[in-house]
Amino acid sequence: MENLLLIFTDYTIRNVLLGAIVLGLVSGTLSAFAVLRKASLLGDTMSHAALPGVIIAFLITGVRAPLPLLIGALIAGLLGTLFMSLITSTTRIKQDSAQGVILAVFFGFGMALLSWVIRQPGSEHAGLDRFLFGQAAATVESDVITMAGIGGIALLLIALFWKEFKLITFDAQYARTIGLPVGLLDVLVTTLIVIAVVVGLQMVGVVLMSAMIAAPGAAARQWTNRLGVMVILSAVFGAVAGAAGALISSSAANVPTGPVIVLAITVIVIVSLLFAPNRGILWSLRRTKSVLAPSPVEPNAQAHVVGSARPKGVYEP
Amino acid sequence: MTQSQIEIQVVAALVAAACAIPGVFLVLRRSALISDAISHTVLLGIVIGFMLLGDIENPLLIVFAAGAGVLTVTLSELLLKTRRVREDAAIGLVFPALFSIAVIIITQNFGSIHIDVDAVLLGELAFAPFNRVDIIGSSLPRGVVVMGIILIANLIAVAVFYKELKLATFDAGLAAALGFSPALIHYGLMTSVSVTAVGAFDHVGSILVIALMIAPPAAAYLLTDRLARMIAYSALIGIAAAISGYWIARALNVNISGAMATMTGIFFVAALMFAPERGLIAQVIRRKRRGERFAVEMLLVHLRRHEGTSDEETENTLGHLTDELNWSPRYAHQTVKRAQRNGYVQLVSDALRLTDQGRTMASTLLAVR
Repeated sequence: MENLLLIFTDYTIRNVLLGAIVLGLVSGTLSAFAVLRKASLLGDTMSHAALPGVIIAFLITGVRAPLPLLIGALIAGLLGTLFMSLITSTTRIKQDSAQGVILAVFFGFGMALLSWVIRQPGSEHAGLDRFLFGQAAATVESDVITMAGIGGIALLLIALFWKEFKLITFDAQYARTIGLPVGLLDVLVTTLIVIAVVVGLQMVGVVLMSAMIAAPGAAARQWTNRLGVMVILSAVFGAVAGAAGALISSSAANVPTGPVIVLAITVIVIVSLLFAPNRGILWSLRRTKSVLAPSPVEPNAQAHVVGSARPKGVYEP
Repeated sequence: MTQSQIEIQVVAALVAAACAIPGVFLVLRRSALISDAISHTVLLGIVIGFMLLGDIENPLLIVFAAGAGVLTVTLSELLLKTRRVREDAAIGLVFPALFSIAVIIITQNFGSIHIDVDAVLLGELAFAPFNRVDIIGSSLPRGVVVMGIILIANLIAVAVFYKELKLATFDAGLAAALGFSPALIHYGLMTSVSVTAVGAFDHVGSILVIALMIAPPAAAYLLTDRLARMIAYSALIGIAAAISGYWIARALNVNISGAMATMTGIFFVAALMFAPERGLIAQVIRRKRRGERFAVEMLLVHLRRHEGTSDEETENTLGHLTDELNWSPRYAHQTVKRAQRNGYVQLVSDALRLTDQGRTMASTLLAVR
């Protein structure tokens, strides 16, 4: 109860909680699209690829203000996607290898840059490594406002282009025939996913951000076949995981926020996989059992079913 | 070069070569991102091993770490088998969760001991010469011994199971039909990836492990169609990237692993641009050649159509080509030059005449069409 009160009174906890919820909402929404587009690991690639962009933006502006760094991250992430599609469209190298190359090389380059920046005199660069590992506890009000602003724009764009996104996700061929700029819309969706990644990066860090793009959508997919419901569920799952992570880590000593958020969303995924109606594993186990079990009432019923499934007049003795 | 500089480069070269071998198969089997997952989750194995053994130097840690790697793959495949999620999502769900558990255990229990998350991702090759072991009377850096053993193990595994690996990679169906267990080969490969990742990430960090496992094999994939050569090229490219990266890092005073990873990218881009057959430049040249050959063929067909007709005087001239085929004067000129060089046409003042050779060629083209 004491902890609950702290949410309203403690400045740090409130910021962390709000930040985590915004992070969960934005990445959850985009996660639904990422999962449907078979791009779950895009979050992983992009969160790594963003690092050199952050450092270069810092080198250009010379200050650690959130907005320029986020824009730098966004540009680097998009550049990474561009290279990725160049590699897969011009050579026989497949998506997974292209992603791996971009992820490791961009991040390695970012690391080299970061180590150089850190050796420079001055203290402005302090805290740049937050983009590597995330540091939720250091979230301040201006961070939350920036995150909410950028995330809000992303969500607004999804609402605006809802019909178009739905179409290119499920039937790109048809979208092309009715004259939609499919290529452009693809780029827009990818940009929005990169935005979601970039928004969360400084809270949960590179590795854990990939979970926030892969997991909420995968969980939401189990509950519904409708895109609208799935996106909303995905956003809610993300936000719940964010809130749970922030609250649990603030109520115990020495518990890092990012990993707890990831474990929370993992639990949601497991529950969804097991218990979701229709698609849940337990439900299908029950169904299989009831089909396999011999019916005690009508012993001849099964024989009848098998017999009638036979093509008539072919195998009749 | 001082001894420690040589030692660092030897460790890096061994890591590069050891990573290239399983890396080739990951790239060919389209599971390159498994290296990303495994190189992160081995941390969990190391943490648990450390808690049970109480010693960060214990060689048994490698068993725990490799176990965590194989566990990652097993869990991903279990998820995949439920058919509720796709492969990319399965990987993306498992490894962050395991990595999170590792990070929580670290912050809970070893706040003061140095298992740093930074060190996990970035590694520090510069420390390689300080950590030494005595083998048969001589003192060697631990990295040289560990990576040497892993490299040799990988080489032996590939040599012994070469045929099986090759078949399972290029024709899994046939491999299964012939009685090789695809699962056995798959898990063997994953064990190799895990062991290599554990041995390597101690020195170079997980990012360079990923870079060395994917980028050199991907570059080699553009250079050759033969598996054995692809393995050799990958190892050479990896070693070249590691050593050049080391000197760049020294010159610019930056993180060694970061510079090496950057160099793997530069070598990859070089292969992407300049690979003899599959490179982008070769592709552009090939496309241009094809266009040029087609233009010459158009010219021959045009001349053949009007040869001996009443309008031959006006149609078969250099000047007319710009109207007829919609070519720029320069392009028309170049095409005629090309046709002349091949002995297909003669240019007499402005009039174009087919040679015998050109006539045969044009007839062939017309017959085909």
